[in-house]
Amino acid sequence: MLKEGQIRIPSGCAIAGIIDRKGGLINGCEIIKSIALMHDRSNGLGGGFAAYGIYPEHKDEYAFHIFYDSAEAQKKCEEFLFKHFNVDEAERIPTKKIPAIKNGPDIWRYFARVNRVRMKNARLDESEYVMQCVTKVNDAFEGAYIFSSGKNMGCFKAVGYPEDVGEFYMLDKYDAYLWTAHGRFPTNTPGWWGGAHPFNVLDWSVVHNGEISSYDANRRYIEQFGYKCSMQTDTEVITYLFDHLIRHHGLPTNVAADVLTAPEWDEIDRMDAQKKEYFTNLRAIYSGALVNGPFSVILGSNKGLLAINDRLKLRSLTAATKGSRAYFASEESAIRVVCPDPEKVWSVSGADPVFVPLEINEKEDA
Amino acid sequence: MKKVYAKEELCLNCHLCEVFCKTAHSLSKDVIKANKYEQPAPAARVKVYGDNKLSVAVNCRHCEEPKCVKACITGAMTKDKKTGIVSVNEEKCIGCMTCLAVCPFGCIQTGKFAVKCDLCRGEDEPACVKNCPNRALVYTDLGGAEV
Amino acid sequence: MAIDYIPRSFTIVRDKERCIDCGCCVRQCSNECHYFADDGKTVLADSQNCVACHRCVDLCPTHALRIEKYICDYRENANWTAQYQQEICRQADSGGTLLSAMGNPKPYPIYWDKILLNASQVTNPSIDPLREPMEIRTILGRKPERMTVEEKGKSTIKMPPQVVLETPIMFSAMSFGSISLNAQKSLAMAAKNLGTLFNTGEGGLHPDLEAYTDHAIVQVASGRFGVHKEYLNRSRYVEIKIGQGAKPGIGGHLPGEKVNVEVSNARMIPVGSDAISPAPHHDIYSIEDLRQLIWSIKQATDNTKPVCVKIAAVHNVAAIVSGCARAGADIIAIDGFRGGTGAAPTRIRDNVGIPIELALAAADQRLREEGIRSHVSLVAAGSFRCSADIVKAIALGADACYCASAPLIAMGCHMCRTCNTGKCNWGIATQRPELTKRLNPDIMHQRVENLITAWNHEIKEIMGGMGINSIDSLRGNRLMLRGIGLSEKELQILGIKHAGE
Repeated sequence: MLKEGQIRIPSGCAIAGIIDRKGGLINGCEIIKSIALMHDRSNGLGGGFAAYGIYPEHKDEYAFHIFYDSAEAQKKCEEFLFKHFNVDEAERIPTKKIPAIKNGPDIWRYFARVNRVRMKNARLDESEYVMQCVTKVNDAFEGAYIFSSGKNMGCFKAVGYPEDVGEFYMLDKYDAYLWTAHGRFPTNTPGWWGGAHPFNVLDWSVVHNGEISSYDANRRYIEQFGYKCSMQTDTEVITYLFDHLIRHHGLPTNVAADVLTAPEWDEIDRMDAQKKEYFTNLRAIYSGALVNGPFSVILGSNKGLLAINDRLKLRSLTAATKGSRAYFASEESAIRVVCPDPEKVWSVSGADPVFVPLEINEKEDA
Repeated sequence: MKKVYAKEELCLNCHLCEVFCKTAHSLSKDVIKANKYEQPAPAARVKVYGDNKLSVAVNCRHCEEPKCVKACITGAMTKDKKTGIVSVNEEKCIGCMTCLAVCPFGCIQTGKFAVKCDLCRGEDEPACVKNCPNRALVYTDLGGAEV
Repeated sequence: MAIDYIPRSFTIVRDKERCIDCGCCVRQCSNECHYFADDGKTVLADSQNCVACHRCVDLCPTHALRIEKYICDYRENANWTAQYQQEICRQADSGGTLLSAMGNPKPYPIYWDKILLNASQVTNPSIDPLREPMEIRTILGRKPERMTVEEKGKSTIKMPPQVVLETPIMFSAMSFGSISLNAQKSLAMAAKNLGTLFNTGEGGLHPDLEAYTDHAIVQVASGRFGVHKEYLNRSRYVEIKIGQGAKPGIGGHLPGEKVNVEVSNARMIPVGSDAISPAPHHDIYSIEDLRQLIWSIKQATDNTKPVCVKIAAVHNVAAIVSGCARAGADIIAIDGFRGGTGAAPTRIRDNVGIPIELALAAADQRLREEGIRSHVSLVAAGSFRCSADIVKAIALGADACYCASAPLIAMGCHMCRTCNTGKCNWGIATQRPELTKRLNPDIMHQRVENLITAWNHEIKEIMGGMGINSIDSLRGNRLMLRGIGLSEKELQILGIKHAGE
């Protein structure tokens, strides 16, 4: 039987996200509590979390989280890593042995800076260099899989129910200003640790519920630009689309969101001239990046959190705010369990993406 | 009033208007029986003149001041005040064909009685118009004085 | 009498019980198969010249006529078939090249029939096109590499000229000359009402079509007939025709007898003179020459019209398409070897070129590998028989499709494949006034519109089943396709999996 990564497998899911836009820290327990409430939306074949702001002492270094299937794979991968990066620290990610999580790979993390000489020789900018190194490992080194490669952030994922995955990684020991979580319901696979969400590349992390019917149109679009959809998951393709639009094309996050969930022509035709021109150009240029089919997506990044829904609103996604915090989840109950009295609760609509920018970053940039 | 107008630039010279006119004015209303077996054979009120290069289907113009009505010696030919249709009362007609002699369009067929277009009285569209495969016949009101 | 070595093709069967001797068939057959007996009343038929166009059958008021295949057996021979023997006899008679019309009729594989479509079940809801918006709007033209914005909602990019279509179906090039003005006018009217385009072919633009120039593709072909600055500007886009699927590598020949006053005016050639399009453009002997012509056209139109390059699907089509894209073509049309024609040398039509399915798949993939697919539009041509063919083409990677034979059939064409004789009984492929008047644009534009509207509905229905509500998400979405009964190699070229995989 073909395993995940060799064949495209659609899946259903639960997703959740919490952000403190002022940068206040939130303990891992909260997000676990939220996603755990939606236990029945996943089937134990994948769960995961992304946490931003968890490595302040290493905030200028890339934090690589890597699954190894064998010592040999680790040896090969580390050889590559040490050649292309200056690695400051390498350690096993602390985990707790629990019965619900079994047969896992060896899980390591590395804090590293790019090898500037190599980078210059490759004539790539830093993010492109890191991206290509990650792609290389995941594509060419069997048994090694980099599942997290951002700065001051990390993904934690495994085959299991999300609450068990949280316990396994001891997320109660981490505090982050932005959390996303995912419980997976793949339709036909024994599940693979790398296949769990969030899917991450550089600082982007995506948790996603749904099945993209435009998958191959999106895949063949994005693969024009040097990406390789080796995982064959919808989430991977969404991540690459965002990475491409924001990093390569320099589009603001909310414009990139408009590309993926562009309004319908009927609606565009009724807009004023400026908006009509904006959306017409957007849809004409990025027709291959329009995402179709039922989905709800939470995109985490060091710039903030973006929540989008498909154009027909075929998947549920609720948002709520209280103070400086914003909450997102597939079901409203999963928000209320951690925030019983939100100030505002609404259903994220297909045409109206929600972007919660992180305000501390803006200050830093200024 | 609504009249049948012929567009010669679209006329196919197929003569199907004649076939279906006969059928509409037959007893059986069946195209094969009407055109092949029925006796007395029904007559076509419309006639196509010309050849494949240029042809036109001619039928009664239901003139505002019909010469045929004026000329009719028995009062069989009348113009209906309401509908404007010029028609023959077969009980009064003696078949003298004076009407044909005075008709500027030659739109009356000879027979035991004078036979002419009655716009398929009662039908929404006369049979010739309905069955023209190229819409070379149109049934429309192009204005002009009413009766 | 010289011996006629070729038996006739058809028999006209008249049901004497039904025939009313009305003579409609006599007056309608331009091949003079029907005639009146000496009594001037009884209708008879001589089947010798019958081409099975069904004009008599369809107009007979009593349905008394039927056309049968005339079977005159030869001694069976899988190699020397009756067709080859007859063609030899025709050439022995005439000493000339065999001419044929319409698309390649040979039993080559039709890949559309070996590709199956997908639909959603459980994990992904199918969408009901009657309840939800279902978008088939298609935008052709060169696209910039990236969007630039001042902020969300405000674009700062200057877009090259774009063509917005309300359906992915356009009408392919058919010149005034090869088809009648009435036929062209019907297509123009339909294109306008449907929000799509018709294509003048290389016959110039007749003044009667002025009202439709916003929906016209004007062609610049090797003969340059009717090409001048105003012609180029009276269009939605300009198409440089390099080749045609039915006759790759071959020019065109409109015989002088078809060049009447009207045709002569539109083409800017003397009445009665043969209109000969050379095989190549004599100013395009290389890709860099093509670049110059594209540039010249853009200059002549003040950069307001996209320029399309149409090529025939030949063996290295992918590389040629890529070259055209890099030479500045905004739209590239590929015409497969089943594409139609008013007249082509039979041997060329039946043996040169490759199927559109393979050509399209290869070209789309090649452009993607080079990272330039999103910058240009791809139009597929070469026999789309139904909406499913269109859906499959778009999923393989086409932006839009050119259709010609289907709308002609909607206007009465029965594929009798004798366009080249100029005796088209349906008033389509002829310039004889007594025949062209048989095609009433008021009737025929409606029939063409109905056809495309029906196809649009079906395309939406199929997309809805796939869980897709925008054609953008169908384009190049090859996972929606599966091959059936295809070899590994064919699947590889088409870029699709086999059914069951």
